[in-house]
Amino acid sequence: MCRLALKTANETFSPYEVLTAMEAMKEGYDGSGLGLLLRGIEFEDFKYNPRFPILSGIAHTEKAWQHLTSYMEDRGYELKYDHRYHMGPNLIKAEDRFRYFLRAYRMPERFRDKGAEEREEEMMKTRLALRKIGEVHNDLTIFSFWPDVVMIKEVGWPMQVGDALCLHDGQIKSRVCMAQGRQNTNYGINLYACHPFFIQGIATMTNGENTAFVPIKEWLLGKKFPGYVGYHSDSEVFAHILHYTLKQLKLPLEAYKHVITPLSTTELEKHPQGDFLKGLRDVCRRLIIDGPNAVIGTLPDETCLLVMDQKKLRPAIVGGHEGTWAIASEICGVDAMIPDRDPTLDFQPMREHTVIVPPDRKELTIWSQHDPFPLPQAA
Amino acid sequence: MVSTRSISVTPGSLTYSDLPWIIEHREDRCTLCGRCTSVCPKEAIHLSHMRQRVPKLDVFSKKRGSDYRNFTGIRQRTTMANSCIGCGMCSMVCPNDAIVAVPGTNENRTLFFENQKGEPNKRGGRRNEQGATLLDRIMFNRISMLTDPALDAGRHEFSITTTLGRVLSPEDYLDHKINGGWIPPTREIFPFVIGSMSFGALSPNMWLGLLQGVAYCNEVLGIPVVMCTGEGGCPPWVLRSPYLKYIILQIASGYFGWDEIIRAIPEMQCDPAAIEIKYGQGAKPGDGGLLMWYKVSKLIARLRGVPEGVDLPSPPVHQTLYSIEESVMKMIQTLSTAFNHKVPVYPKISASTSAKSVLNNLVRNPYAAGLMVDGIDGGTGAAYNVSLDATGHPVASCIRECYLDLAAQGMQNEIPIFAAGGIGKNGNVAQNGMALIMLGASGVHIGKYIMQATAGCLGNEKNRCNVCNVGICPKGITSQNPKLYRRLDPDLVAERVADTFMSIKTEVKKIMAPLGRSQSLPIGMSDALGIADKDAAERLEIKYVC
Repeated sequence: MCRLALKTANETFSPYEVLTAMEAMKEGYDGSGLGLLLRGIEFEDFKYNPRFPILSGIAHTEKAWQHLTSYMEDRGYELKYDHRYHMGPNLIKAEDRFRYFLRAYRMPERFRDKGAEEREEEMMKTRLALRKIGEVHNDLTIFSFWPDVVMIKEVGWPMQVGDALCLHDGQIKSRVCMAQGRQNTNYGINLYACHPFFIQGIATMTNGENTAFVPIKEWLLGKKFPGYVGYHSDSEVFAHILHYTLKQLKLPLEAYKHVITPLSTTELEKHPQGDFLKGLRDVCRRLIIDGPNAVIGTLPDETCLLVMDQKKLRPAIVGGHEGTWAIASEICGVDAMIPDRDPTLDFQPMREHTVIVPPDRKELTIWSQHDPFPLPQAA
Repeated sequence: MVSTRSISVTPGSLTYSDLPWIIEHREDRCTLCGRCTSVCPKEAIHLSHMRQRVPKLDVFSKKRGSDYRNFTGIRQRTTMANSCIGCGMCSMVCPNDAIVAVPGTNENRTLFFENQKGEPNKRGGRRNEQGATLLDRIMFNRISMLTDPALDAGRHEFSITTTLGRVLSPEDYLDHKINGGWIPPTREIFPFVIGSMSFGALSPNMWLGLLQGVAYCNEVLGIPVVMCTGEGGCPPWVLRSPYLKYIILQIASGYFGWDEIIRAIPEMQCDPAAIEIKYGQGAKPGDGGLLMWYKVSKLIARLRGVPEGVDLPSPPVHQTLYSIEESVMKMIQTLSTAFNHKVPVYPKISASTSAKSVLNNLVRNPYAAGLMVDGIDGGTGAAYNVSLDATGHPVASCIRECYLDLAAQGMQNEIPIFAAGGIGKNGNVAQNGMALIMLGASGVHIGKYIMQATAGCLGNEKNRCNVCNVGICPKGITSQNPKLYRRLDPDLVAERVADTFMSIKTEVKKIMAPLGRSQSLPIGMSDALGIADKDAAERLEIKYVC
């Protein structure tokens, strides 16, 4: 199994805080990898404008690095900031790491007056095109290309990776940080298989295996949406289903739980919007997940969420106070991130719950699937 | 040259060892009660007078000689009309274990004479092919181990229903919900459906037993089983009863029974589960239904609107069938309209290399509620032997192709594919059904298995019994003769229906739990399948394991 940790706060903090939570939960994973996603970015040496998309990834060779820089120039992106990690010596086991990069760009001129949807599509297409280039010689790994989002994935123990990239020295801080402490070992080892998974600003990370992976993957691939690719991990579909629910179907966040773990017919018969939800369950039947999973996600507006599988077979707990909240697989993880909270107010969601930390971070929303669905058309 | 008549052997003469089934009778146990001869559906055995020599030895007068004893015993007839079918009813009724039918181990010479009076062999049952089927050989091998421990089939909650009916894409559903468009009707059913067996093919007692059992499964056990009528309508009282919701009404090329159904529509208390339009059947593809005259009783004749005692062969195609667009699309639409667009309407076809073209046509028909594909191993009440044995297409690769075709279009949730034909042929009903589901079927239809499991149908792949066509079913399952069908107690059939579905449900959970699946039926979960046959694995796009 693996361990998950997320912290969200009004004041930026170092990702190292979340790595200490991972360290506290060390017994629960095998040190095969670390995935980090940061939102609400603050660089120590650059006043970052959160409109600039940041490209995160690894160039494994110098050639790939040159490829990347020239491709971005050709596509019309103007480099605004190129972050250099202070690298710790010899802490990374892998040898083919020419450069870990975080590069903030200004969008090409032609997108200046374009709407959000077109800009978002362009960023996704750019990420996918670079990823494709990298796949030819396996020398370039692209994690994300999105405003105000930084991603790092590497093989090794989380703390060790954090030390290698000197994440403790305050060069990067963020308001949201999510971390996962294990490579996807259900399928092949691959940097892309490491959580969190990212698509158009939406990110999720999960523990446990999704046994319904293959039919879900086949259905998503059938949608022919350019971003629904990859699937090196069975958990990648959680991010894509969330994206599909929010961006394609334009349903509210609460619908996610109804899509991945719908209520039974008997439960829906008592539900105020049972008729709508039964129909939703039928049409989204291929997106029903299975297996033990806790899914933690974040959205572009810094909303954070936590949902459980239908049987609640994986642990997860949320705790904190106004302005700062943490979600982790274990209580010791939350303790490490927010020691000064009132632990009696911690909450462990049950099978029907979706825990939402709204962008204002004032209080948690604990929404039950049995509650009315917040959608006017469904009423 | 004039043949000699001194030896009473003709070209068609057979002896016991030429027959497929040989009666072994033990005279020392027989009490001449006559039960076996009276129960034999073929009159294959008869009481006969025989003579036996008893050696006579007079020790004192030192003379030897013979005495003769006349006795009455059982003899087997060797004529084609009376050849034993191996049903074993004689053994079942014998109070003294004096008689048994055993398979003949010699070559079966009756095969050359199954054409009396120029009529080729017609029979009921399935393709006579023994041994493990392809479905039997499929293994479920993606076992959840330490990464996601297996579930507990006995204690965890499982959702094992499937959707029958056209499902919109999520985008269209929301659009129709907001803008008031039509949302096609769907049914949430148990994925094992009692396949189409008509009211003419089955006896009234069998039909009643099945319906009682289905109602019990739904109303007491909470297993939403539905059954399909087959061609030939439905008893009028059922049409006007609340049980109609458990029934899929079939319409086929003979349109038998539809006068009654149409007349009953205004008086229906509920909608039927669905309408199945039969274009083809796996057991006799390209051939219409057949109810032989033996079974067209007064009741059946009334229900079908035909005279008594005539053969009822349905045409191989629907009379309006000029092109798939016109006939299939219009017929589906017409039937959907007849039931106010509140009942799913789907076609049933024989598995065939052309199944994909039918499917692609249905994809573009918004009224098509699914596709049922019936494979070569499907059963029938009556068909020509050559159709049964040699015509058709196995169901597994056909279903897989159809599913992958839908998946490539992203439509696999929108048109459910149902599979039939040989499911449970060797008793492994849940395993066979789940293998097909993981290959891409949304559910399966089981007919022959249901007859065997719930009413003790004696037919098998050694051509045992298989006389459903001529109405002499010794168990009373497929007979319209009250003397025969009153042997079958509907209550006992209903009990067996409940037993059967409870057991299938448990086995389905026992298959799903180790795969870590419980939230939805694992339709298309091909990563869980393996087979120790490279060619089959390649064809089905599943894992080859050894």
